[in-house]
Amino acid sequence: MNIEVTRAGSALVVKVSGELDLSTSPVFRDKIEEELKHFESFRHLILDLGETSFIDSSGLGVILGRFKSISQRGGKMIAVNVPPHLEKLFALSGLLKIMTICPTAQDALNTL
Amino acid sequence: MKTNYLRVEFPSLPENISLSRVIVASFAAQLDFTLSELEEIRVAVSEAVSNCVIHGYRDTTGEIRLELAIKDGTLEIVVIDYGCGIDDLALARTPAYSTDPERMGLGLVFMESFMDEMTIESEPGKGTRVVMKKNPERGKDHDKPGD
Repeated sequence: MNIEVTRAGSALVVKVSGELDLSTSPVFRDKIEEELKHFESFRHLILDLGETSFIDSSGLGVILGRFKSISQRGGKMIAVNVPPHLEKLFALSGLLKIMTICPTAQDALNTL
Repeated sequence: MKTNYLRVEFPSLPENISLSRVIVASFAAQLDFTLSELEEIRVAVSEAVSNCVIHGYRDTTGEIRLELAIKDGTLEIVVIDYGCGIDDLALARTPAYSTDPERMGLGLVFMESFMDEMTIESEPGKGTRVVMKKNPERGKDHDKPGD
């Protein structure tokens, strides 16, 4: 798994490539929490899943955890470029009910 | 269709979860599963093996046994650990139930949703055995080859 972090105004854009499971999700969690800790100006998180090949409940758990972190800061978390097989998991887990999905990162930024 | 099987054992290390997904997906590809079905199988296996690592062995490392078979056109996946077992199986099967507040309690939900059949046998102190079965959707409307 590879995590690419870029900044766009008050939003942190996180692009995850590869697989998010029990083995890799702690790295994902720590990376985002570290960024949020160091840059208090970030309010929103845009999660780009366009190159994420696999997520299971361990991965969804850390995504939900970050959703809670961002919500506590009064920000929004938006998933973008979500492949159909991952959207199905989001729906089944209930994450779709609380998290916004946008086609692209730019679309997400336009909603903030 | 010929019967085929594969049996592997590995330590309950998180890095072996992705390996188990690759093994099962490669084996399952012998049947006429769609890419979407293979994805569902990968998630179900990932959940079953993750449960062995997280709940079966907790802070210790033990052995996980993965038994795969193709019988009469059906994929059968058996995941076994010899860890602590499940105290209350009915409670464990409750959606969103988790012993860990950091987790969503969706592992068994995904396994049940994505496979045609799932059974769990568990004995506290002895371990847990999960059996999952799935048929390719494309083959369900047709007679089995050789019939």
